[in-house]
Amino acid sequence: MALRKRSMGVVAVITAAGLGLAACGQSSGGGGDTIELTIAQNAIAGGKNAAAAKFVADWVIPKFEAAQKAKGKDVTVKFVPSGVDDEQYKTKLSLDLKSGKGADVIDIDGIWAGEFAEAGYIKPLAELVGAEADSWDGWAQIPEAVQAMAEFNGKKYALPVGTDGRVLYFNKSLFAKAGLPADWQPKSWQEILDAGAKLKSSGVPVPIQINAGTAMGEATSMQGVLPLLAGAGGEVQQDGKWSGASQPLKDALGLYQKIYGGGLGDPRLQQEAKGRDKSFQQFAEGKVGILMEGDYFWRGVVNPKTGVAKMADRDQTVGYAMIPAIEPGKGIKGQDFVSMSGGALRTVNPNSKHPKEAFELLAFTLSPEALKEETKDGNVRITPRTDVNKEILAGEPLLTFISEKVLPVTAYRPPVALYPQVSVALQEATAAVAGGTAPDQAAADYQKKLEGIVGGAGNIAS
Amino acid sequence: MAQAISPPEAPGAPESAPGTKEPARYSSDAAGLGKARAGVFMAPALLLIAAFLVFPALWVLYLGLTNYRLTGIAAAEPQFVGLDNLLDAVANPTFWSSTWLTTQFVLGSAVIGQVGLGFTIAWLLRDRRGPLKRVVEGLVILAWILPSAIVSFLWVALLDRDGGTLNALLGIPGTAWLLDHPMLSIIVFNTWRGTAFSMMLYGAALGNVPPSHLESARLAGASGWQQLRDVVFPHIRGHILTNLLLISLWTFNDFTPFLLTAGGPDGKSEVLAVHVYKVALQGGELGYGAAVSTIILLINLVVAVFYLRLLRSKK
Repeated sequence: MALRKRSMGVVAVITAAGLGLAACGQSSGGGGDTIELTIAQNAIAGGKNAAAAKFVADWVIPKFEAAQKAKGKDVTVKFVPSGVDDEQYKTKLSLDLKSGKGADVIDIDGIWAGEFAEAGYIKPLAELVGAEADSWDGWAQIPEAVQAMAEFNGKKYALPVGTDGRVLYFNKSLFAKAGLPADWQPKSWQEILDAGAKLKSSGVPVPIQINAGTAMGEATSMQGVLPLLAGAGGEVQQDGKWSGASQPLKDALGLYQKIYGGGLGDPRLQQEAKGRDKSFQQFAEGKVGILMEGDYFWRGVVNPKTGVAKMADRDQTVGYAMIPAIEPGKGIKGQDFVSMSGGALRTVNPNSKHPKEAFELLAFTLSPEALKEETKDGNVRITPRTDVNKEILAGEPLLTFISEKVLPVTAYRPPVALYPQVSVALQEATAAVAGGTAPDQAAADYQKKLEGIVGGAGNIAS
Repeated sequence: MAQAISPPEAPGAPESAPGTKEPARYSSDAAGLGKARAGVFMAPALLLIAAFLVFPALWVLYLGLTNYRLTGIAAAEPQFVGLDNLLDAVANPTFWSSTWLTTQFVLGSAVIGQVGLGFTIAWLLRDRRGPLKRVVEGLVILAWILPSAIVSFLWVALLDRDGGTLNALLGIPGTAWLLDHPMLSIIVFNTWRGTAFSMMLYGAALGNVPPSHLESARLAGASGWQQLRDVVFPHIRGHILTNLLLISLWTFNDFTPFLLTAGGPDGKSEVLAVHVYKVALQGGELGYGAAVSTIILLINLVVAVFYLRLLRSKK
């Protein structure tokens, strides 16, 4: 009997403890008149996009809180950092939003807008916030092509945080040893291969590095297969039809084969889990001759102050050139040079309890003052605002180069929800070629996968 | 099910022989009360099992029959697609290569690696006392108790082709172990990591082998191998099979390989657990991932039933 009483007691205690814990887990619903906001980015102090994390923590939050206080509102803002691969960040964000959680203001890649909107994870700003979203004064300063990144089905879902462009970076010291010019600008793919061969014979371990494979995710598409596809005159989707095993794709995969099958590139750098980071490190150490990357590489990787693979002599050692078409005039729209552009978006979480204040915070981060502050001390990037760009790009030759030379010939990814799956299939095709598969075979396999993704051969251009 | 509690009593037999009186039985009321009480006590456990095992399993089963995705229109409005996901899995070469890699992983690191090495260490240490035993056991157990993320990170550094400790020790710089030999690396890692459990289990089991049996075998002229085969193994057969069952299932579902190679290069170490993660969470195909998870569950059940039958066969 004593045992039974004790057992009942234990059950009662456990039940009470369980109820107590359950109660602890419930939200208090916010306290008093204080409005609590959170802002999430894939940035973290001392790690990925450290400068952006520092800017939010040290400038945005105190300034915004002070500005709100001046208006008589008690608002506190917390930064939710991440320092992970973009794919992991997307998964985390998706799960947060799916479960009705997440920060009030969130950063997403521009290309996720379609699939996030279709899933109901993000909503048109006007629906969430009201008319002030459409009447935001910053819109007048943002070019239409950049605005379009934040739109889906004709509605604005976010504010664009910026745009970017791709170039070929090269190491001038290695070029000098190989007898190549410091103002190198290849006009065809063959000229890239020729430079690679000279670098190789001068002893450069990795003459050419162009992203391939699935390990680095979307980086392979943006800094690899898509610019090459554009350079061969192809687009991943055109007039509603997807491109299958087309000649431009075979040409693009053919270049991969020449580089990785011909000993001009290191296919292992493409395959390792942290291969992209390693290739950055090797470029900074002077082991990579030519690297195709976005302007993030200049700003966030080899940046002498805040980069993850700092190069103290970046400005003297690192050269850059436009990405040529396979041959002059053979790129998309008959172009001699090509690029791909993307960009991040910043939006209001539909689960936010304070969407209007969240939008104010969002707009605050894109005010001219904020953008000028963010791009101080060598952290310059191409902002979405033309009024700000004019001023901040003045002392930045690379970004001015991208803004003036590259953006006019750039292309954007199709803003549709299916694109990310198609992109993975393209990455797999490049992985196959880097691993030894013939380009024609890899293209045929891609077409087969593509049919499964886009709903049959009827949606693929012949 | 037929009940065979006791043979029918012979006519005229006394109700109970002196000294063989049956234990007092509960009255039906008391039995009912006992059952009710048992039900009350079991209810929390049953509820927890239902909430954390049965419901999720059924939910995964259901998701596997839909085109549910992490993003896109199928996240908001999933459609019932029947067995399409299963058929897709069967037609997917990556699924089959993952299944084959998982088989290598289980056979290599669990069945041969952990059981073999764990038993060997336990056997070599069986009669030892003193610091050597404590040091060896401590080192082996350390691998087991450290968090996966930390030991994986250490092994990535250990096996790194540029400046990795292993290459430095072997004097072969430039060998990319995780790229050139991904499954071998993972099998060795998992053997190292999981051996402690087997070692401890076999250490305890060997302590139960009567020394007199071994002594008799020795006096009869049995070799070391004969002593193992004819005395030790029959004695600890149950332990071996239980251990095999547990570590096979753990290894089958182990996600640690992802921390070392992320399934690469190009799927060459994409075991089933990693395959599910990649398609479901990285690729967003939750329905397909759930279908593959269901297949994994079924394979686990088959493995478990196989071992349990083996365990019972000669008990």
